Amino acid sequence: MKGRDENMQEVILGARNINKAFHDPVTVQVLRDITFTVNKGEFVSVIGKSGCGKSTLLYILSTMDTDYTGELYIDNELMSGRPDPELARIRNEKIGFVFQFHYLLNEFTVLRNVMLPGLKLGRYSEQEVEHRAMERLKMLGIDQLAKQSAYRISGGEKQRVAIARALINDPHIIMGDEPTGNLDKRNSDIVFNIFKELTEEHNQTLLIVTHDPEFAENTHRIIEMEDGRIIRS
Amino acid sequence: MLLARWRQTLVAAVGVTFSIAMFVTLLGFMNGLNDMLDSLILNRTPHVRLYNEIKPSENQPVNEVDEYKNSYNFISSVKAGITRQEIYNSGPILQTVKADERVLGATPKLLAQVFYNEGTIDITGVINGIDVEEESRLFNFQEYVTSGDAIDAKNVANSIILGKGLAEILVADIGDVVQVTTAQGERFPLKVVGYFQSGIQEIDKVQSYASIATTQKLLGKPANYMTDIQVKLHDLEQAPAVAREYARLFQIDAEDIQTANAQFETGSNVRSLISYAVGVTLLIVAGFGIFNILNMMIYEKMDSIAILKATGFSGRDVNLVFLVIAMSIGLFGGMMGLLFGFIFSAIIDSIPFNTSALPTITTYPVNYDLIYYFIGGSFSLITTYFAGFFPARKASKVDPVEIIRGK
Repeated sequence: MKGRDENMQEVILGARNINKAFHDPVTVQVLRDITFTVNKGEFVSVIGKSGCGKSTLLYILSTMDTDYTGELYIDNELMSGRPDPELARIRNEKIGFVFQFHYLLNEFTVLRNVMLPGLKLGRYSEQEVEHRAMERLKMLGIDQLAKQSAYRISGGEKQRVAIARALINDPHIIMGDEPTGNLDKRNSDIVFNIFKELTEEHNQTLLIVTHDPEFAENTHRIIEMEDGRIIRS
Repeated sequence: MLLARWRQTLVAAVGVTFSIAMFVTLLGFMNGLNDMLDSLILNRTPHVRLYNEIKPSENQPVNEVDEYKNSYNFISSVKAGITRQEIYNSGPILQTVKADERVLGATPKLLAQVFYNEGTIDITGVINGIDVEEESRLFNFQEYVTSGDAIDAKNVANSIILGKGLAEILVADIGDVVQVTTAQGERFPLKVVGYFQSGIQEIDKVQSYASIATTQKLLGKPANYMTDIQVKLHDLEQAPAVAREYARLFQIDAEDIQTANAQFETGSNVRSLISYAVGVTLLIVAGFGIFNILNMMIYEKMDSIAILKATGFSGRDVNLVFLVIAMSIGLFGGMMGLLFGFIFSAIIDSIPFNTSALPTITTYPVNYDLIYYFIGGSFSLITTYFAGFFPARKASKVDPVEIIRGK
């Protein structure tokens, strides 16, 4: 916890007055004036009822959804209004993703799946990326699966592979959209513990959208949403 | 990605392979036939023929008279004067032509109108007096001599090679002697040393060949007497220009092959056009196949596209992936197609094709020109590029949020 306190002032993610509305078929205001920041090393969970806009918010924060008004800062840089290829590069370099469904590429091996964003970034040579991928798999205790095809492993293992993939480029922040939503209790615990370990030992910033109150209770900070507004932060 | 849908990918590649193979085979075969039909006439036709046409003088005497020089003179019933068919200065002309570096070779020819005497019946015909060796070298004469030896026409004195049709009418075997009467009324016995078969029956019924010396003797003319000089060029396309130049230089009539055989060019061109049209249609159909398969692939791979985008691949990268898939289908399919096209061509080439009209042809003709393989190859890449272009653009526009949330 000590490391986290020292870095309290370093803001990783900032949202200012973010509004979003769906216009099809009728205009529905999904997000209203969302303003908050996430500091380095924080483990934040976002909770709320279905349809409160938490996933929508996450996709805006992840830069994948650009159809909103307001300002989004990642690493103190304004993201709003940047062209798609630039945002793709920023996602690649600064954001790691873990989804509810595991979304591994079935055509590749586990190792290759983890390496893919690293190869795209091109900061390290292929051997180095492979080495780093193995390191991360080892850290998550699944290095024995490295040579397996991605569709042969279990759901819990897949989610851990997805986390390893999210970590490959040392992102500023990892975002998760109900990463435990599709897992049984045991695997959920494993994934939660991995997150906990990441934030405590590696000072990794995490922003996780979840349904699971028990999961949220154990994070450092809970942002609760209702009807497109933040009601607790 | 390729691996996952490898069966469909294979189907697409087979489509390309099939169309390219057909394209190459069709063009090879069509052009083989074209070449054969052309060679039937064109190979035996001189590229430029020098001769003296019997025609009225263009400069009638009245036009030369000072008094009437500048008036417009009407002269009716103009007749050709006493012009000889002989080419004047044939020796020097032949030398000059042979020395020209555009010229592959030139050979003299002497046409003699004769009657073949079969009992009481006279059959009209033409004896071509030729230089047998040069004629064989330039115009493949020996290939059309189906029985006997072409060179015997030169080596055996007073010999003749009869057209096959003519020989049947005359009932003349090799070794027999036939009687011919020249237009001047002289009768001459000639020994038959062979038959020739041009593939065109009308020709075989009238024409026969003898050495130029024999023909000169037949006509009672000296050794420099010739009515035609046949010129073969290195480049067929230069014929009209060369013909014009020689006509001016030697004050002689010159006819180029394009003018003499215009209809053959037209026929060949139309046939090529049709085979290109069919080939291109095949390729476009294959292109639609690839388009469909890639489109399906995109729907199936939405998840993968979404995840690629979420982990930092831009639309351009996704676009590239699908284009690469399309192009590799095109490349592999195309290469296999070229290979199969070659194999099919070889098979067609070995199918026996015997026709009495074409003594030199034993199998179906095929043209193996590299240009068809080149066109086929590049076309396969171009069509697959366009077939991949639209699906790839669609894939690049996939919104990852919609896919991931849609689950």
